Amino acid sequence: MLRKRIIPCLDVADGRVVKGIQFVDIVDAGDPVELASRYAAQGADEICFLDITASSDERRTLLDVVARTAARVNVPLTVGGGVRSVEDMRAVLRAGADKVAVNTAAVRRPDLLKECATTFGRQCVVLAIDARTVSPQSWSVYTHGGRRDAAVDAVGWAELGASLGAGELLVTSMDRDGTKDGYDLDLLSAIRRVVDVPLIASGGAGGAADMVDALSKGHADAVLAASIFHHGEYTVGTLKQELSRAGIAVREESSVTWP
Amino acid sequence: MIGVIDHGAGNLVSITNALTTVGEDSTLVSSSQELADVDAIVLPGVGATGPAMARLQETGLDMALRSWSGPLLGICVGFQLLFDRSDEDHRPCLGVMQGNVSEIAGRPLPHTGWNDVDHTGDPLFSGIPSGETFYFVHSFAPVPRDDEIVIATTHHGDTFVAAARDRNRIGVQFHPERSGASGTRLLANFVSMVRTSRRVA
Repeated sequence: MLRKRIIPCLDVADGRVVKGIQFVDIVDAGDPVELASRYAAQGADEICFLDITASSDERRTLLDVVARTAARVNVPLTVGGGVRSVEDMRAVLRAGADKVAVNTAAVRRPDLLKECATTFGRQCVVLAIDARTVSPQSWSVYTHGGRRDAAVDAVGWAELGASLGAGELLVTSMDRDGTKDGYDLDLLSAIRRVVDVPLIASGGAGGAADMVDALSKGHADAVLAASIFHHGEYTVGTLKQELSRAGIAVREESSVTWP
Repeated sequence: MIGVIDHGAGNLVSITNALTTVGEDSTLVSSSQELADVDAIVLPGVGATGPAMARLQETGLDMALRSWSGPLLGICVGFQLLFDRSDEDHRPCLGVMQGNVSEIAGRPLPHTGWNDVDHTGDPLFSGIPSGETFYFVHSFAPVPRDDEIVIATTHHGDTFVAAARDRNRIGVQFHPERSGASGTRLLANFVSMVRTSRRVA
Protein backbone atom coordinates (compact mmCIF):
# COMPACT_ATOMS: atom_id res chain seq x y z
CA MET A 1 0.00 0.00 0.00
CA LEU A 2 1.23 3.47 -0.89
CA ARG A 3 2.15 5.17 2.39
CA LYS A 4 1.10 8.68 3.37
CA ARG A 5 4.18 10.88 3.33
CA ILE A 6 5.50 13.21 6.03
CA ILE A 7 7.55 16.00 4.48
CA PRO A 8 9.54 18.43 6.62
CA CYS A 9 9.82 21.72 4.76
CA LEU A 10 12.91 23.90 4.86
CA ASP A 11 12.10 27.47 3.83
CA VAL A 12 15.47 28.93 2.93
CA ALA A 13 16.48 32.57 2.60
CA ASP A 14 20.09 33.63 2.08
CA GLY A 15 21.32 30.10 2.80
CA ARG A 16 19.57 29.75 6.20
CA VAL A 17 16.38 27.92 7.13
CA VAL A 18 13.76 30.44 8.20
CA LYS A 19 10.15 30.27 9.28
CA GLY A 20 7.53 32.99 9.28
CA ILE A 21 3.89 33.34 10.23
CA GLN A 22 1.47 33.93 7.36
CA PHE A 23 4.55 34.46 5.14
CA VAL A 24 5.95 37.37 7.24
CA ASP A 25 7.71 37.81 10.64
CA ILE A 26 10.51 35.51 9.50
CA VAL A 27 12.93 34.08 12.08
CA ASP A 28 16.11 31.98 11.69
CA ALA A 29 15.70 28.23 12.29
CA GLY A 30 19.10 26.79 11.35
CA ASP A 31 21.40 25.38 8.67
CA PRO A 32 19.58 23.69 5.73
CA VAL A 33 22.03 20.82 5.28
CA GLU A 34 22.09 19.98 9.02
CA LEU A 35 18.31 20.12 9.36
CA ALA A 36 17.67 18.04 6.22
CA SER A 37 20.07 15.35 7.46
CA ARG A 38 18.48 15.31 10.91
CA TYR A 39 14.94 14.97 9.53
CA ALA A 40 15.99 12.25 7.06
CA ALA A 41 17.57 10.30 9.93
CA GLN A 42 14.33 10.68 11.91
CA GLY A 43 12.36 9.00 9.11
CA ALA A 44 11.22 11.86 6.87
CA ASP A 45 9.72 10.40 3.67
CA GLU A 46 10.92 13.31 1.61
CA ILE A 47 12.49 16.70 2.23
CA CYS A 48 11.12 19.89 0.71
CA PHE A 49 13.41 22.81 0.23
CA LEU A 50 11.92 26.17 -0.78
CA ASP A 51 14.16 29.10 -1.60
CA ILE A 52 11.56 31.61 -0.45
CA THR A 53 13.27 34.79 -1.56
CA ALA A 54 14.39 33.50 -4.96
CA SER A 55 11.41 34.74 -6.90
CA SER A 56 10.86 38.09 -5.18
CA ASP A 57 14.54 38.96 -5.28
CA GLU A 58 14.84 37.86 -8.92
CA ARG A 59 17.52 35.37 -7.92
CA ARG A 60 18.25 31.82 -9.02
CA THR A 61 17.96 28.95 -6.57
CA LEU A 62 21.01 28.44 -4.42
CA LEU A 63 22.27 25.41 -6.28
CA ASP A 64 25.23 24.74 -4.04
CA VAL A 65 22.99 24.44 -0.98
CA VAL A 66 20.80 22.06 -2.98
CA ALA A 67 23.84 20.00 -3.95
CA ARG A 68 25.18 19.79 -0.40
CA THR A 69 21.73 18.85 0.93
CA ALA A 70 21.18 16.24 -1.78
CA ALA A 71 24.57 14.66 -1.07
CA ARG A 72 23.75 14.13 2.60
CA VAL A 73 20.22 12.68 2.43
CA ASN A 74 19.11 9.40 0.82
CA VAL A 75 15.43 10.26 0.66
CA PRO A 76 13.84 12.33 -2.13
CA LEU A 77 14.36 16.05 -2.27
CA THR A 78 11.88 18.52 -3.73
CA VAL A 79 13.26 21.96 -4.49
CA GLY A 80 11.41 25.15 -5.37
CA GLY A 81 12.10 28.83 -5.72
CA GLY A 82 13.08 30.94 -8.69
CA VAL A 83 12.61 28.31 -11.39
CA ARG A 84 11.51 30.13 -14.54
CA SER A 85 12.49 27.91 -17.46
CA VAL A 86 13.25 24.37 -18.58
CA GLU A 87 16.96 25.21 -18.23
CA ASP A 88 16.46 26.44 -14.64
CA MET A 89 14.70 23.18 -13.87
CA ARG A 90 17.46 21.14 -15.49
CA ALA A 91 20.05 22.93 -13.32
CA VAL A 92 18.09 22.18 -10.12
CA LEU A 93 17.67 18.50 -11.08
CA ARG A 94 21.34 18.18 -11.93
CA ALA A 95 22.27 19.74 -8.59
CA GLY A 96 20.54 16.76 -6.96
CA ALA A 97 16.82 17.52 -6.68
CA ASP A 98 14.36 14.73 -7.48
CA LYS A 99 11.38 17.00 -8.03
CA VAL A 100 11.13 20.70 -8.77
CA ALA A 101 8.35 22.99 -7.60
CA VAL A 102 7.26 26.01 -9.63
CA ASN A 103 4.78 28.75 -8.73
CA THR A 104 5.28 32.31 -10.00
CA ALA A 105 6.72 31.43 -13.42
CA ALA A 106 3.94 28.91 -14.11
CA VAL A 107 1.21 31.43 -13.21
CA ARG A 108 2.84 33.93 -15.55
CA ARG A 109 3.25 31.36 -18.35
CA PRO A 110 1.28 28.12 -17.78
CA ASP A 111 2.92 26.38 -20.78
CA LEU A 112 6.09 26.15 -18.67
CA LEU A 113 4.44 23.16 -16.94
CA LYS A 114 3.94 21.44 -20.28
CA GLU A 115 7.53 22.12 -21.40
CA CYS A 116 9.01 20.80 -18.14
CA ALA A 117 6.79 17.71 -18.17
CA THR A 118 7.71 16.93 -21.79
CA THR A 119 11.42 17.26 -21.07
CA PHE A 120 11.72 15.65 -17.64
CA GLY A 121 8.48 13.70 -17.20
CA ARG A 122 5.52 14.98 -15.22
CA GLN A 123 6.58 12.96 -12.17
CA CYS A 124 9.20 15.56 -11.28
CA VAL A 125 7.09 18.67 -11.93
CA VAL A 126 5.43 19.99 -8.78
CA LEU A 127 3.03 22.92 -8.99
CA ALA A 128 3.19 24.95 -5.77
CA ILE A 129 -0.03 26.88 -5.13
CA ASP A 130 -0.05 29.53 -2.40
CA ALA A 131 -3.74 30.27 -1.78
CA ARG A 132 -5.55 32.82 0.36
CA THR A 133 -9.26 32.77 1.15
CA VAL A 134 -11.35 35.32 -0.76
CA SER A 135 -14.75 34.16 0.51
CA PRO A 136 -16.07 30.80 1.77
CA GLN A 137 -15.12 28.07 -0.77
CA SER A 138 -13.12 30.55 -2.85
CA TRP A 139 -9.35 31.04 -2.83
CA SER A 140 -6.98 33.24 -4.82
CA VAL A 141 -3.47 32.26 -6.00
CA TYR A 142 -0.54 34.34 -4.73
CA THR A 143 2.89 34.57 -6.35
CA HIS A 144 6.31 36.06 -5.50
CA GLY A 145 6.54 34.28 -2.13
CA GLY A 146 3.02 35.34 -1.15
CA ARG A 147 3.53 38.99 -1.96
CA ARG A 148 1.31 39.35 -5.03
CA ASP A 149 -2.32 38.40 -5.60
CA ALA A 150 -2.45 36.83 -9.06
CA ALA A 151 -6.26 37.11 -9.01
CA VAL A 152 -6.52 33.52 -10.25
CA ASP A 153 -8.97 31.00 -8.74
CA ALA A 154 -6.88 28.39 -6.91
CA VAL A 155 -9.11 25.40 -7.63
CA GLY A 156 -9.34 26.20 -11.33
CA TRP A 157 -5.57 26.73 -11.47
CA ALA A 158 -4.97 23.37 -9.79
CA GLU A 159 -7.09 21.64 -12.41
CA LEU A 160 -5.42 23.46 -15.32
CA GLY A 161 -1.93 22.91 -13.88
CA ALA A 162 -2.45 19.16 -13.54
CA SER A 163 -3.83 18.94 -17.07
CA LEU A 164 -0.82 20.84 -18.46
CA GLY A 165 1.76 18.58 -16.83
CA ALA A 166 2.10 19.08 -13.08
CA GLY A 167 2.62 15.65 -11.54
CA GLU A 168 1.98 16.80 -8.00
CA LEU A 169 0.39 19.78 -6.24
CA LEU A 170 1.85 21.44 -3.17
CA VAL A 171 -1.08 23.41 -1.77
CA THR A 172 -0.28 25.96 0.92
CA SER A 173 -2.97 27.84 2.79
CA MET A 174 -1.54 31.29 3.41
CA ASP A 175 -4.29 31.96 5.96
CA ARG A 176 -3.10 29.01 8.04
CA ASP A 177 0.66 29.21 7.39
CA GLY A 178 2.57 29.17 10.69
CA THR A 179 -0.63 29.55 12.78
CA LYS A 180 -0.86 25.88 13.92
CA ASP A 181 -4.66 26.16 13.47
CA GLY A 182 -4.74 23.09 11.20
CA TYR A 183 -4.68 22.67 7.42
CA ASP A 184 -7.43 24.24 5.30
CA LEU A 185 -9.49 21.08 4.73
CA ASP A 186 -12.06 22.87 2.53
CA LEU A 187 -9.30 24.01 0.16
CA LEU A 188 -7.75 20.53 0.01
CA SER A 189 -11.10 18.82 -0.58
CA ALA A 190 -12.08 21.31 -3.29
CA ILE A 191 -8.81 20.65 -5.16
CA ARG A 192 -8.96 16.87 -4.60
CA ARG A 193 -12.36 16.84 -6.34
CA VAL A 194 -10.86 18.19 -9.58
CA VAL A 195 -7.41 16.49 -9.79
CA ASP A 196 -6.08 12.94 -9.48
CA VAL A 197 -2.39 13.79 -9.10
CA PRO A 198 -0.82 13.51 -5.62
CA LEU A 199 -1.73 16.35 -3.28
CA ILE A 200 0.59 17.69 -0.57
CA ALA A 201 -1.14 19.66 2.21
CA SER A 202 0.76 22.63 3.59
CA GLY A 203 0.17 25.50 5.98
CA GLY A 204 -1.24 25.29 9.50
CA ALA A 205 0.06 22.06 11.01
CA GLY A 206 -0.12 22.30 14.82
CA GLY A 207 0.11 18.62 15.61
CA ALA A 208 -0.60 15.04 14.63
CA ALA A 209 -4.39 15.48 14.78
CA ASP A 210 -4.22 18.17 12.06
CA MET A 211 -2.25 15.80 9.85
CA VAL A 212 -4.71 12.98 10.40
CA ASP A 213 -7.49 15.36 9.29
CA ALA A 214 -5.60 16.49 6.16
CA LEU A 215 -4.80 12.89 5.15
CA SER A 216 -8.33 11.59 5.80
CA LYS A 217 -10.94 14.37 5.56
CA GLY A 218 -8.77 16.52 3.27
CA HIS A 219 -7.83 13.50 1.06
CA ALA A 220 -4.19 14.62 0.89
CA ASP A 221 -1.45 12.11 -0.01
CA ALA A 222 1.24 13.86 1.98
CA VAL A 223 1.55 16.51 4.66
CA LEU A 224 4.21 19.15 4.78
CA ALA A 225 5.19 20.94 7.98
CA ALA A 226 7.96 23.20 9.19
CA SER A 227 7.39 24.87 12.57
CA ILE A 228 6.45 21.76 14.55
CA PHE A 229 9.73 20.11 13.54
CA HIS A 230 11.97 23.20 13.76
CA HIS A 231 10.69 24.00 17.25
CA GLY A 232 11.21 20.43 18.41
CA GLU A 233 7.59 19.78 19.39
CA TYR A 234 7.74 16.57 17.35
CA THR A 235 10.42 14.51 15.72
CA VAL A 236 9.35 12.84 12.48
CA GLY A 237 9.46 9.55 14.41
CA THR A 238 7.16 10.60 17.26
CA LEU A 239 4.77 12.14 14.76
CA LYS A 240 4.61 8.93 12.72
CA GLN A 241 3.86 6.92 15.86
CA GLU A 242 0.83 9.13 16.54
CA LEU A 243 -0.36 8.96 12.94
CA SER A 244 0.00 5.20 12.95
CA ARG A 245 -2.06 4.93 16.16
CA ALA A 246 -4.75 7.03 14.43
CA GLY A 247 -4.90 4.47 11.59
CA ILE A 248 -2.84 6.33 8.98
CA ALA A 249 -0.53 4.06 6.92
CA VAL A 250 2.94 5.59 7.27
CA ARG A 251 6.35 4.17 6.37
CA GLU A 252 7.82 2.45 9.37
CA GLU A 253 11.47 2.37 10.30
CA SER A 254 13.29 -0.14 8.11
CA SER A 255 14.87 -3.26 9.59
CA VAL A 256 17.47 -3.20 6.82
CA THR A 257 20.86 -1.96 7.86
CA TRP A 258 23.76 -0.63 5.89
CA PRO A 259 26.55 -1.59 6.13
CA MET B 1 34.43 1.29 -12.58
CA ILE B 2 30.68 1.70 -13.04
CA GLY B 3 29.51 4.01 -15.82
CA VAL B 4 26.42 6.09 -15.05
CA ILE B 5 24.73 6.98 -18.34
CA ASP B 6 24.04 10.71 -18.70
CA HIS B 7 21.04 11.10 -21.01
CA GLY B 8 20.68 14.79 -20.36
CA ALA B 9 17.70 14.87 -18.02
CA GLY B 10 17.47 14.46 -14.34
CA ASN B 11 19.40 13.90 -11.21
CA LEU B 12 22.67 11.97 -11.51
CA VAL B 13 24.11 13.23 -8.24
CA SER B 14 22.00 10.92 -6.10
CA ILE B 15 23.05 7.73 -7.85
CA THR B 16 26.75 8.61 -8.02
CA ASN B 17 26.68 9.57 -4.32
CA ALA B 18 24.93 6.32 -3.47
CA LEU B 19 27.51 4.25 -5.39
CA THR B 20 30.27 6.07 -3.51
CA THR B 21 28.50 5.18 -0.25
CA VAL B 22 28.65 1.46 -1.11
CA GLY B 23 32.34 1.78 -1.98
CA GLU B 24 32.26 1.76 -5.78
CA ASP B 25 33.79 4.32 -8.12
CA SER B 26 31.58 5.63 -10.89
CA THR B 27 31.96 7.96 -13.83
CA LEU B 28 29.40 9.77 -15.98
CA VAL B 29 29.16 8.40 -19.52
CA SER B 30 27.70 10.48 -22.34
CA SER B 31 29.26 8.81 -25.40
CA SER B 32 29.81 5.22 -26.50
CA GLN B 33 33.61 5.74 -26.53
CA GLU B 34 33.54 6.39 -22.78
CA LEU B 35 32.15 2.89 -22.22
CA ALA B 36 35.64 1.49 -22.91
CA ASP B 37 36.68 2.44 -19.36
CA VAL B 38 33.78 0.81 -17.50
CA ASP B 39 32.81 -2.78 -16.72
CA ALA B 40 29.23 -2.17 -15.49
CA ILE B 41 26.49 0.31 -16.30
CA VAL B 42 23.78 2.13 -14.37
CA LEU B 43 21.09 3.62 -16.60
CA PRO B 44 19.18 6.15 -14.45
CA GLY B 45 16.62 7.68 -13.43
CA VAL B 46 14.48 10.76 -13.69
CA GLY B 47 13.14 11.88 -17.05
CA ALA B 48 10.76 10.96 -19.83
CA THR B 49 11.43 8.03 -22.17
CA GLY B 50 11.16 10.03 -25.44
CA PRO B 51 13.84 12.68 -24.79
CA ALA B 52 16.06 10.10 -23.04
CA MET B 53 15.88 7.72 -26.03
CA ALA B 54 16.50 10.58 -28.48
CA ARG B 55 19.62 11.57 -26.54
CA LEU B 56 20.90 7.97 -26.51
CA GLN B 57 20.43 7.83 -30.29
CA GLU B 58 22.27 11.12 -30.86
CA THR B 59 25.31 9.85 -28.95
CA GLY B 60 25.29 6.31 -30.33
CA LEU B 61 24.79 4.98 -26.82
CA ASP B 62 21.61 3.20 -27.94
CA MET B 63 23.58 0.74 -30.08
CA ALA B 64 26.31 0.41 -27.45
CA LEU B 65 23.71 -0.44 -24.78
CA ARG B 66 22.01 -2.99 -27.05
CA SER B 67 25.27 -4.87 -27.47
CA TRP B 68 26.46 -4.43 -23.85
CA SER B 69 27.00 -7.81 -22.19
CA GLY B 70 28.30 -6.75 -18.75
CA PRO B 71 26.21 -6.03 -15.64
CA LEU B 72 23.56 -3.37 -16.21
CA LEU B 73 21.12 -1.77 -13.77
CA GLY B 74 18.26 0.34 -15.15
CA ILE B 75 16.47 2.60 -12.68
CA CYS B 76 12.92 3.96 -13.18
CA VAL B 77 12.93 5.42 -16.71
CA GLY B 78 16.23 3.60 -17.21
CA PHE B 79 14.37 0.34 -16.49
CA GLN B 80 11.60 1.27 -18.93
CA LEU B 81 14.15 2.08 -21.66
CA LEU B 82 15.32 -1.56 -21.63
CA PHE B 83 12.00 -2.73 -23.14
CA ASP B 84 10.73 -2.76 -26.74
CA ARG B 85 8.58 0.39 -26.66
CA SER B 86 6.75 2.78 -24.35
CA ASP B 87 3.18 4.05 -24.46
CA GLU B 88 4.51 7.31 -22.97
CA ASP B 89 5.97 8.49 -26.26
CA HIS B 90 4.91 5.71 -28.65
CA ARG B 91 8.45 5.17 -29.83
CA PRO B 92 10.87 2.27 -29.78
CA CYS B 93 13.17 1.84 -26.79
CA LEU B 94 16.31 -0.34 -26.49
CA GLY B 95 14.53 -3.68 -26.75
CA VAL B 96 17.01 -5.66 -24.65
CA MET B 97 14.11 -6.93 -22.53
CA GLN B 98 10.95 -8.09 -24.31
CA GLY B 99 7.67 -6.31 -23.62
CA ASN B 100 6.09 -2.85 -23.62
CA VAL B 101 5.82 -0.03 -21.09
CA SER B 102 2.27 0.98 -20.10
CA GLU B 103 0.58 3.42 -17.77
CA ILE B 104 -0.20 1.90 -14.38
CA ALA B 105 -3.78 1.58 -13.16
CA GLY B 106 -3.76 3.20 -9.71
CA ARG B 107 -4.77 6.68 -8.60
CA PRO B 108 -3.39 9.09 -7.61
CA LEU B 109 -1.07 9.16 -10.61
CA PRO B 110 1.92 9.62 -10.82
CA HIS B 111 2.45 6.86 -8.25
CA THR B 112 4.56 8.92 -5.85
CA GLY B 113 5.93 7.77 -2.52
CA TRP B 114 6.95 4.71 -0.54
CA ASN B 115 5.32 1.40 -1.36
CA ASP B 116 5.89 -2.28 -0.52
CA VAL B 117 8.08 -4.32 -2.84
CA ASP B 118 7.34 -8.06 -2.77
CA HIS B 119 10.27 -9.98 -4.18
CA THR B 120 11.08 -13.54 -5.20
CA GLY B 121 14.32 -13.80 -3.22
CA ASP B 122 16.63 -12.86 -6.07
CA PRO B 123 20.17 -12.04 -4.80
CA LEU B 124 19.54 -8.40 -5.77
CA PHE B 125 17.32 -8.30 -2.65
CA SER B 126 19.75 -10.15 -0.39
CA GLY B 127 19.30 -8.96 3.22
CA ILE B 128 16.07 -7.10 2.35
CA PRO B 129 12.81 -8.68 3.59
CA SER B 130 10.03 -9.07 1.02
CA GLY B 131 7.50 -6.28 1.62
CA GLU B 132 10.12 -3.65 2.47
CA THR B 133 9.18 -0.15 1.22
CA PHE B 134 11.02 1.67 -1.57
CA TYR B 135 10.49 5.12 -3.09
CA PHE B 136 8.62 5.35 -6.40
CA VAL B 137 7.81 8.32 -8.63
CA HIS B 138 6.42 7.26 -12.02
CA SER B 139 3.27 6.83 -14.09
CA PHE B 140 4.43 4.00 -16.35
CA ALA B 141 5.86 0.53 -15.76
CA PRO B 142 7.13 -2.28 -17.99
CA VAL B 143 4.94 -5.26 -18.82
CA PRO B 144 7.49 -7.98 -19.65
CA ARG B 145 6.45 -10.57 -22.21
CA ASP B 146 8.08 -13.27 -20.15
CA ASP B 147 6.94 -13.55 -16.48
CA GLU B 148 10.09 -15.45 -15.61
CA ILE B 149 12.20 -12.28 -15.58
CA VAL B 150 9.96 -10.65 -12.92
CA ILE B 151 11.77 -10.59 -9.56
CA ALA B 152 9.56 -8.12 -7.66
CA THR B 153 6.07 -6.61 -7.81
CA THR B 154 4.21 -3.73 -6.19
CA HIS B 155 0.53 -2.87 -5.92
CA HIS B 156 -1.04 0.48 -6.83
CA GLY B 157 -4.54 0.01 -8.21
CA ASP B 158 -3.22 -3.16 -9.80
CA THR B 159 -0.05 -5.22 -9.43
CA PHE B 160 2.84 -3.99 -11.58
CA VAL B 161 6.45 -5.09 -12.09
CA ALA B 162 8.82 -3.39 -9.63
CA ALA B 163 11.98 -5.25 -10.71
CA ALA B 164 13.08 -7.65 -13.45
CA ARG B 165 16.24 -9.57 -14.20
CA ASP B 166 17.52 -11.36 -17.28
CA ARG B 167 20.92 -12.77 -16.27
CA ASN B 168 23.08 -9.70 -15.52
CA ARG B 169 20.61 -7.21 -17.00
CA ILE B 170 18.54 -5.83 -14.14
CA GLY B 171 15.91 -3.12 -13.86
CA VAL B 172 14.05 -1.58 -10.93
CA GLN B 173 11.05 0.75 -11.17
CA PHE B 174 11.71 2.37 -7.78
CA HIS B 175 14.65 4.63 -6.85
CA PRO B 176 17.17 2.69 -4.74
CA GLU B 177 19.32 5.83 -4.50
CA ARG B 178 16.43 7.57 -2.71
CA SER B 179 15.07 4.64 -0.69
CA GLY B 180 17.02 4.97 2.56
CA ALA B 181 18.91 1.96 3.95
CA SER B 182 16.97 -0.59 1.86
CA GLY B 183 17.95 1.16 -1.34
CA THR B 184 21.58 1.46 -0.29
CA ARG B 185 21.61 -2.26 0.51
CA LEU B 186 20.15 -3.08 -2.91
CA LEU B 187 22.86 -1.03 -4.64
CA ALA B 188 25.49 -2.80 -2.52
CA ASN B 189 24.02 -6.12 -3.74
CA PHE B 190 24.30 -4.94 -7.35
CA VAL B 191 27.91 -3.89 -6.73
CA SER B 192 28.75 -7.33 -5.32
CA MET B 193 27.34 -8.89 -8.51
CA VAL B 194 29.59 -6.56 -10.50
CA ARG B 195 32.59 -7.65 -8.42
CA THR B 196 31.71 -11.32 -8.92
CA SER B 197 31.57 -10.81 -12.69
CA ARG B 198 35.00 -9.09 -12.50
CA ARG B 199 36.49 -12.15 -10.80
CA VAL B 200 35.00 -14.45 -13.45
CA ALA B 201 36.36 -12.19 -16.19
